[in-house]
Amino acid sequence: MKIETVIELTEATLVCGDDKLEMTVERGFSSDLMSDVLTLDTEGLLLITGLANIQTIRTAEMADIRYILFVRNKKVAPEMEELARENNMVLLATPFSLFKTSGILYNHGLRPVY
Amino acid sequence: MVVEQTYKIRGGDFTHAGDAASKVKKLLKQLDVDPRKVKSIVIALYEAEVNIVAHAWEGVISIMIDSDHIRMVLEDKGPGIADIEQAMVEGYSTASREVREMGFGAGMGLSNMKRNTDLLEITSKVGVGTTVTMVNYF
Repeated sequence: MKIETVIELTEATLVCGDDKLEMTVERGFSSDLMSDVLTLDTEGLLLITGLANIQTIRTAEMADIRYILFVRNKKVAPEMEELARENNMVLLATPFSLFKTSGILYNHGLRPVY
Repeated sequence: MVVEQTYKIRGGDFTHAGDAASKVKKLLKQLDVDPRKVKSIVIALYEAEVNIVAHAWEGVISIMIDSDHIRMVLEDKGPGIADIEQAMVEGYSTASREVREMGFGAGMGLSNMKRNTDLLEITSKVGVGTTVTMVNYF
């Protein structure tokens, strides 16, 4: 699924990564628990989370995750955006809940990790 | 060629938790280490670094990169671990609410470290501190 499709389906705003709208994600993982995210070994992953702090971005950096979708319009702090840009990440923010976001993307073919 | 680095870690400083792991990641990439190996190394190091920030007062991370392996030693001054075997059990946690709010503290850190390293050794003295040694082969 293309990033621009994720944006369209979840009415998301793009925080950073506007040069990567054509990139695709294969699977989604919804979690607020970063230790759980660190157990994943999946390429082309979209992390869907309600946890918006610097450790979310750090975790993605360590786990080689490039795409993060924050739910419920969580605020992305400037230092989070800066770290995300340094690591060539795409950050998105949707007003939808974690449940609704996951459901919509799953229905449109984004596959689960497990 | 041997590369040695040390990083100082401050307990409770969540803003900078992961800085050391991030620097080591960049270093290993420069040294052209297999990206999959790099990922395991930095995940283990990041979990261990977060543990110092979450539980200890201060700590030092020393890394030594040789041609075929990396050795990471994390030495902290802190409360120590009374029962290491119990701490290794997945789901066991003594983390504060603040740590949980940062997305950690579910009792998965030590097992994540074990899963991602070739050798993991933990020694600890209650009221003094903990030393974690991890070795990964390339």
